[in-house]
Amino acid sequence: MSAAVETTPAGPGSGPPPAPPTATVLGAVREWWVGVRNGQLGALPIVVGIIVIALYFQTRNANFLTAGNFVNLLAQMAAITVIGMGIVFVLLLGEIDLSVGYVSGMGGVVAAVLLLPDGSQWPTSLAIVAAIGVGSAIGLGQGFFVAKLGVPSFVVTLAGLLAWNGVVLLVIGNKGTIVLQNKFVNGLANDYVGHTLAWVVLIVCIGGFVLQQATTVRRRAASGLPNVPWVLIGLRILATAAAGIFVIEWADTDRGIPYVGLVMLGLLIMWTFVATRTRFGRHVYAVGGNAEAARRAGINVAGIRMAVFTISGGMAALGGIILASRLSSVDTSTGGGSTLLYSIAAAVIGGTSLFGGRGKVSSAILGAVVIAMIDNGLGLINVSAGTKYIVTGLVLLAAVTLDSVSRRRSAASGRV
Amino acid sequence: MLLELRGVYKRFGAVTALNGVDFHAEAGQVMALVGDNGAGKSTLTKCVAGIYTADEGEILWDGSPVSITGPKDSARLGIEVVYQDLALCDNLDVVQNMYLGRELRSTFRRLDEAKMEERALGVLKDLSVTTISSLRQQVAGLSGGQRQSVAVAKAVLWNSKLVILDEPTAALGVAQTRQVLDLVRRLAENGLGVILISHNMSDVFEVADKITVLRLGQTVAEFEKDKTNQREVVEAITAGTLHHVPGMQAEVLT
Repeated sequence: MSAAVETTPAGPGSGPPPAPPTATVLGAVREWWVGVRNGQLGALPIVVGIIVIALYFQTRNANFLTAGNFVNLLAQMAAITVIGMGIVFVLLLGEIDLSVGYVSGMGGVVAAVLLLPDGSQWPTSLAIVAAIGVGSAIGLGQGFFVAKLGVPSFVVTLAGLLAWNGVVLLVIGNKGTIVLQNKFVNGLANDYVGHTLAWVVLIVCIGGFVLQQATTVRRRAASGLPNVPWVLIGLRILATAAAGIFVIEWADTDRGIPYVGLVMLGLLIMWTFVATRTRFGRHVYAVGGNAEAARRAGINVAGIRMAVFTISGGMAALGGIILASRLSSVDTSTGGGSTLLYSIAAAVIGGTSLFGGRGKVSSAILGAVVIAMIDNGLGLINVSAGTKYIVTGLVLLAAVTLDSVSRRRSAASGRV
Repeated sequence: MLLELRGVYKRFGAVTALNGVDFHAEAGQVMALVGDNGAGKSTLTKCVAGIYTADEGEILWDGSPVSITGPKDSARLGIEVVYQDLALCDNLDVVQNMYLGRELRSTFRRLDEAKMEERALGVLKDLSVTTISSLRQQVAGLSGGQRQSVAVAKAVLWNSKLVILDEPTAALGVAQTRQVLDLVRRLAENGLGVILISHNMSDVFEVADKITVLRLGQTVAEFEKDKTNQREVVEAITAGTLHHVPGMQAEVLT
């Protein structure tokens, strides 16, 4: 630790950093590469992983890369994506939430019970808000134990896992299954966005993206700060637009994009904004990076912790509603089984660190794609559930190992 | 006189950490605070920073008495402390660290990144910190001297008037110590009061204008740097005359 800059092997990032501030495309590429070598891998391994998995399954079963299966995939990944987004925030703090599986069960059950067409059912929107509210309240309560009483989140949420499973069992009781008859909720996972609406959404999103980029460039230029080269910004916008058009047109050769696709997109934009453009988000990263520094900077650390567990609970409940929608029913196993593990795995595989402070909301989507692809692909080539779990487990282990190794690497290059 | 302490006491149970300390710091000057382990240097700075509250004695700021009972009081006065561990978030970049907890915002409660970066750049330029090439790199990737510079820049970002540096060179190599000492000197040249806590006599003699020596919770000597030498200071640290010895009546010595 004694700072012998001169004697360390000339690793990038030690001593005077090599690359000048981003001004050219080449400079940007170089900076990115330096980051990768320092262990800031970003979305690189996951993109490579997705391509490899897709190619593998396609060679084993020609149905894998069809529009129909793609649409299935979107519906299959939606719930764990949504739950995973909540998990991302918890992981950013370096905490864990093991209760999300059965909290999502609670969300599904609350919505289903409130919407039972027995003459006293709630309006759809209120029932959904209530279900998310119940999830958030559960998260807030668990967060209180973690933040104010100092109980390790592992234990608090493990207790939650058991307790909320119990509550789900009690509420459903001997009914066994509650069939969802609400058109809107059932439609979330089982109805498809029309071609026109999909295009409208795409155009609005791209327009917003262009506007946001333009504002950033203008503001930075006004402050005399260097900007990302416009070629790169243009490429970024074009790539996003191309991906959007491809997804819409591909899905539309089959049934189209399920409504949960829109839900995922909306949540992705909203939570990314919260995480990267607001004070709250900044403080979440700070607490995850160095809680003591955050405390000294005047950040209400306990408040941030409780807020994050509240988000996790609320998102879990929303994920539960989506799960219920896909099956058009809830039963005692809703939110059980692989839901918990898949949601956490989605966030981690997508690149959010278990050690806190590093990660993105979008990692939940990327990770969920991988998980859903494996689940779906292994189903297509007819392997047993046992093999499925083993493969998913190995992928999770690989992702966490990559996280640990790259973290060590960035620590080694970072701390001189 | 920017900051003045008169007869400050701080007791922890039976232990008297500060035993009637007199101390002062002036704007535009570097006051070194030296003393052996347990002399009360940390306790003194923590009383000024509001982490502890003094039991007895007076604290004057710009000549008028103030009460410092929490970190917010001292921040309001313009006192910033750079702790030995720097309190930086490795996963955040330079600008994000400098504005941590006091982020600027624009419309729709968005963070105003451009303005923050612009001002951070200005502060670093004022301090002639040229070793950090990109303000958007993570602090984890910086060297010890660069991290120290970020921590100091963070402290002066808020128009602070007095900066307390706790062992800023303790973990640094030769070249980086150089950087940081230059920075300390520049803070004083920019008109700030600086209190430098250090064990390293050559560092102290290089940047300090005055040196206060603490021993067993008392001020045993104050030197002008130009009128003393290392031997004299070390002597005061190890064997400076105490005003009062525990259990005996106070006697005044000069």
